[in-house]
Amino acid sequence: MIKSIARRRKVATTLLMIGLLIGLIYSIFPFLWMISTSLKPNNEVFAIPQTLIPKEPTLDAYDTIFHSSTRMRYFANSIIVSLVVTALTLVISIFAGYAFSRFEFRGKKLMNMFIINTQAIPPIALMIPYFSMIVMMNLHDTLWALILTYLVFTLPYGVLMMTGYFNTINKALDEAVMVDGGSSMTILWRILVPISLPGIVATAVYTFILSWNEYLYALTLTQSQSMRTVPVGIQLLIGEHFYVWNEMMAMSFLGSIPVLIIYLFCQKYVVAGMTAGSVKS
Amino acid sequence: MDLIKRKGKLRSNATPYFFVAPAIILLIILMLVPIVMVIWYSFFDKVVVTKNSNFVGFANYVKVFQDDVFWTSVWNTTYYTIISVVFHLLLGLVFALMLNSDLIPSALRNIMRLLFILPWVLTVTIVAIVWRLLLSPDGIINYVLMGANIISEKYAWFSEIDLAMPALIFVNIWSGYPYYMVTLLAGLQGISKDYYEAATLDGCNGWQKFWYITLPQLKPILLSTSMLDIILTMRVFALVWTVTGGGPGTSTEVMGTYIYKDAFSRLDFARASTSSVIILILSMIISYFYIRLQKAKEE
Repeated sequence: MIKSIARRRKVATTLLMIGLLIGLIYSIFPFLWMISTSLKPNNEVFAIPQTLIPKEPTLDAYDTIFHSSTRMRYFANSIIVSLVVTALTLVISIFAGYAFSRFEFRGKKLMNMFIINTQAIPPIALMIPYFSMIVMMNLHDTLWALILTYLVFTLPYGVLMMTGYFNTINKALDEAVMVDGGSSMTILWRILVPISLPGIVATAVYTFILSWNEYLYALTLTQSQSMRTVPVGIQLLIGEHFYVWNEMMAMSFLGSIPVLIIYLFCQKYVVAGMTAGSVKS
Repeated sequence: MDLIKRKGKLRSNATPYFFVAPAIILLIILMLVPIVMVIWYSFFDKVVVTKNSNFVGFANYVKVFQDDVFWTSVWNTTYYTIISVVFHLLLGLVFALMLNSDLIPSALRNIMRLLFILPWVLTVTIVAIVWRLLLSPDGIINYVLMGANIISEKYAWFSEIDLAMPALIFVNIWSGYPYYMVTLLAGLQGISKDYYEAATLDGCNGWQKFWYITLPQLKPILLSTSMLDIILTMRVFALVWTVTGGGPGTSTEVMGTYIYKDAFSRLDFARASTSSVIILILSMIISYFYIRLQKAKEE
């Protein structure tokens, strides 16, 4: 009896391992192939037999990218936009979250409903009015156009996240500071913010990834090569020279690095951000 | 004395408004104003491109509803969304169950989880370009499938009318399942072991435990994750635009690409605004149910 259970466990474990292996190949093979292709000379990309390990590995594709000022500009633009959006989102969300968590005021419910409901608006529905607003504001083809519009989609999440986080912190702490003569700013920055660091990091990670990956507005609200971000820039490579696959894969790999680094180091927060909407804690 | 007290009270009343002001003002300017604008545009002609546009009533709506391509794009979006969501759910559930099993060491499980989520963090346009390489006529997938005698000729997956949409959905499934996997994994870890122990004592087999314990316990998460996934998948634009551009013909035209083309290829911003309003209303209806579901869960 015990023997048969042990055997069944072994069979189950083997089956599970096979399943996981198939899943693993499915999920990471495209990555491996991307990296592999980026290290091949371009005439080897479709050479038969196709191999995962490059026959003549070379860094030529990367070299071309690093020596191209337009391409490096895509990276600079993406980094600037993502960092500024993240910083602004954090400050504004922390302020708003503090108000929602610690004060009762007229219109609070309405504002809260408004913020929750803004998440229902699909970005494409705002594309045309944004285009004309941004042109009217003389911001077309500037990074500001992207920063402003990205905020609309990062703020609701940030505010809800920070409000939720502040709500978990005991109000007795604020009162203690208040009695000692501290102002609301002191309470916020000295007490709430340090305690809420995990929530802040989760918000920052979410905001950065969202901004880094955004495509629709980057496509429609900027125009010149020097204002393009990585997601749009990579697509422009296709138009330019369709067949330089090694370079396009190198660009794709480089374009994924910031998000990959954040993901590897802040995995816990990325996962927390993913589950925030669906799992009740 | 009285004055100081009143001043103090006034200040404390103004404090919350000071703190919410930046968020609310920004969201009003960049959310409410554009929504009003797009609705307004949908009742005029020649908007954005010229200054003298005329009120045309519902003419733009009639134009959109009479356009076959609009209905094609609605159908394609629906088809794309439903198939994607179903497979996201199935794959996510299978992977979550596998990763939750205690038959394998937890260190291995953690590494696996890390790798299984990877497709989700990739930028859509990078996903697009990588899969264009993998699925190109001379690409590795054709090479492997032909080597295994599964297909006898090279397919141009993204350029054939019958294959383009399924291929796009396939790519979308790849990039979207980790979201379910993560939320379901969190859900699985929240199910009390007692249920399973009790079931074992009652002589239930693995399948029965899954059907009568796991699935019912996961139901709320499955529901809300799927609703959110429907809302987000309907928004598809980048993937389709960068892989097929809506083609060949109109075989992969989705609502996003339809609006984009109306606006930036045909410069018919009025008609594009009209379709935007229609999408907006559709999204609001679906989101209404999602928010209601979330509220019900909280209570």
